[in-house]
Amino acid sequence: MTTQTQQIQAPTVPARRRSSAGLSGHRFAGPLFASPALLGLAIFLVAPFVLAVVLSFYRVQLNSPRPARFVGFEQYARLFTDPDLAAAFGQALLNNFSFALIVVPVQTVLALALAVLVNRKLRGMVIFRTFIFMPLVFPLALTAVIWRLIYSRGDQGLLNAILGLFSGGTLSSHDWLGDPATALGSIIVMSIWQSVSFQMIIVLAALQSVPTELYEAASLDRASKWAQFINVTVPGIRNTLIFVALITTIFSFRLFDQVYLLSRSGSVDRGSTETVMTQIINTGFDNNNVGQAAAMTVIFMLIITVIAIIQRAAARQRGGV
Amino acid sequence: MKRTHRWQTALHYLILTAVALFFFLPVYYLIVGSFRPSTEVLSGLSGFVPTNLSVENYIGVFDHLSSDATGYFGQFAVVSIIVTTAVVAGSLFVNSMAAYSFARMQWRGKKVLFLLVIVLTIIPFEAVALPLYFMFSGQRDTIYIQAIPFMANAFSIFLFYTFFLDVPGEIEEAARLDGAGPFRTFFQVIVPITKPAFATVAILTFLAQWGSYLWPVLMVSDPTVRPLPLAISIFQNQQPPEWGQVLAFGTMFIVPVLAVFLIFQRWFVASISSSAVKG
Repeated sequence: MTTQTQQIQAPTVPARRRSSAGLSGHRFAGPLFASPALLGLAIFLVAPFVLAVVLSFYRVQLNSPRPARFVGFEQYARLFTDPDLAAAFGQALLNNFSFALIVVPVQTVLALALAVLVNRKLRGMVIFRTFIFMPLVFPLALTAVIWRLIYSRGDQGLLNAILGLFSGGTLSSHDWLGDPATALGSIIVMSIWQSVSFQMIIVLAALQSVPTELYEAASLDRASKWAQFINVTVPGIRNTLIFVALITTIFSFRLFDQVYLLSRSGSVDRGSTETVMTQIINTGFDNNNVGQAAAMTVIFMLIITVIAIIQRAAARQRGGV
Repeated sequence: MKRTHRWQTALHYLILTAVALFFFLPVYYLIVGSFRPSTEVLSGLSGFVPTNLSVENYIGVFDHLSSDATGYFGQFAVVSIIVTTAVVAGSLFVNSMAAYSFARMQWRGKKVLFLLVIVLTIIPFEAVALPLYFMFSGQRDTIYIQAIPFMANAFSIFLFYTFFLDVPGEIEEAARLDGAGPFRTFFQVIVPITKPAFATVAILTFLAQWGSYLWPVLMVSDPTVRPLPLAISIFQNQQPPEWGQVLAFGTMFIVPVLAVFLIFQRWFVASISSSAVKG
């Protein structure tokens, strides 16, 4: 019906006005187009987030006959003062920050290196690219299973066996996930394996959009390959690298599935790998302490928001995004 | 000159091979292991050697999932396919329309709402899983509660938005002069020329949904509405673990997706390249 009337109305509006005012003849079309998605986001993202804020002021349990009790800021206070809780929460935050601090630079540089590596026109490149893309289709649940086998302790583990072979048996086998010193590092390698190809695709796209004339000019100036890379390539894809660093930061704070699954199977050292996300789920569901988990959620969201704002401000200051 | 060039190419191939091996070996390990006896999956380097191959593990998976109590493999697969299809279709529909509205239409409040959508891209689903569970605990063990919350997606809206910004205004102008309203302009003019955007969002949504784990863990206990990823942990928690069966299950989980991905790979890469993800 609406399309019918709109069809009749449209030609009566002068062409000039229409082009400047967009679809001004259809005042409700814009909100109408946007409303299903906005409604979905409101119900399934905004509302639960608001509920989390509300719950964080209560002591409340799931499926419990006891009514929720208002406790004000107690849940927040406990997160920082209750000795047991504060230590675990602090450790989880620290783990998240260490993860991000390593993963963001390493993965961004790796994505760039890989993109440069596969950007050259060589015979068989399609096959190499295909191999590098493969982990993209792996769901994290399956990734966790496979890497758990690779990291298995003792000589049975694949990584230990490979290291043993190359060192001629001098390197003794190691419990990669169980040892607090290597657990987080092992998870980092696994995460990079699973997701670096996505960042690589984005960087690759940017590389191919750098004008070739710039390279021609540089080689006329007898610039070396390395000099070309530093002076032409990197500035040319600066915005993309910032974008990649930004999304990698946000994703690295969301770190959840891998750690959760590995800790479920008892194969990973909990203390050194627990993230805020796994703690939220454990506190909320396993310990049935919904209010406490909600307080963690709120603090965590504040941290992510601050990081995103700082990063954007920093990027903008240097003239990007 | 010629010699150094050839030497460089050789080095390039060497590095490429090493990198490809790093990405491919776990995949190879999964597939080969799925055909070997469970006792030999975890046996150091011999886990790589394709000996004693049999389909025993695959039969084991189907044997294991053969009662109403455990659920059936086919049942899980159907649930996964229904939920994933619904989410991908719903996501393409609602997010593209919202993005089009933000990118190409003028209306009051648009700027504020779009800013809000951008802010929402940083809220991880895990952060709202608990309150969401709280809100919808009455809908546990249904198919639709597995799908509906994931249709509207802030990041997909952002992706579509960047594609739609690049559409030349003359095209809409022409459609309007021909008397098309906003709906016809969008569905008959814009959608066909921005297929790469739809392909990109479809693939990304598919991959995320197909492997979705946390929400089903919370919402599903009834085997008749259980999606595939949950079954991985059933196998993993066996004592002693039947690693061969875990890998066979994993292979069945991944190979169809891998096949589709390999067929559409060029398309996918090309579409990401043409998008404005470049920042």
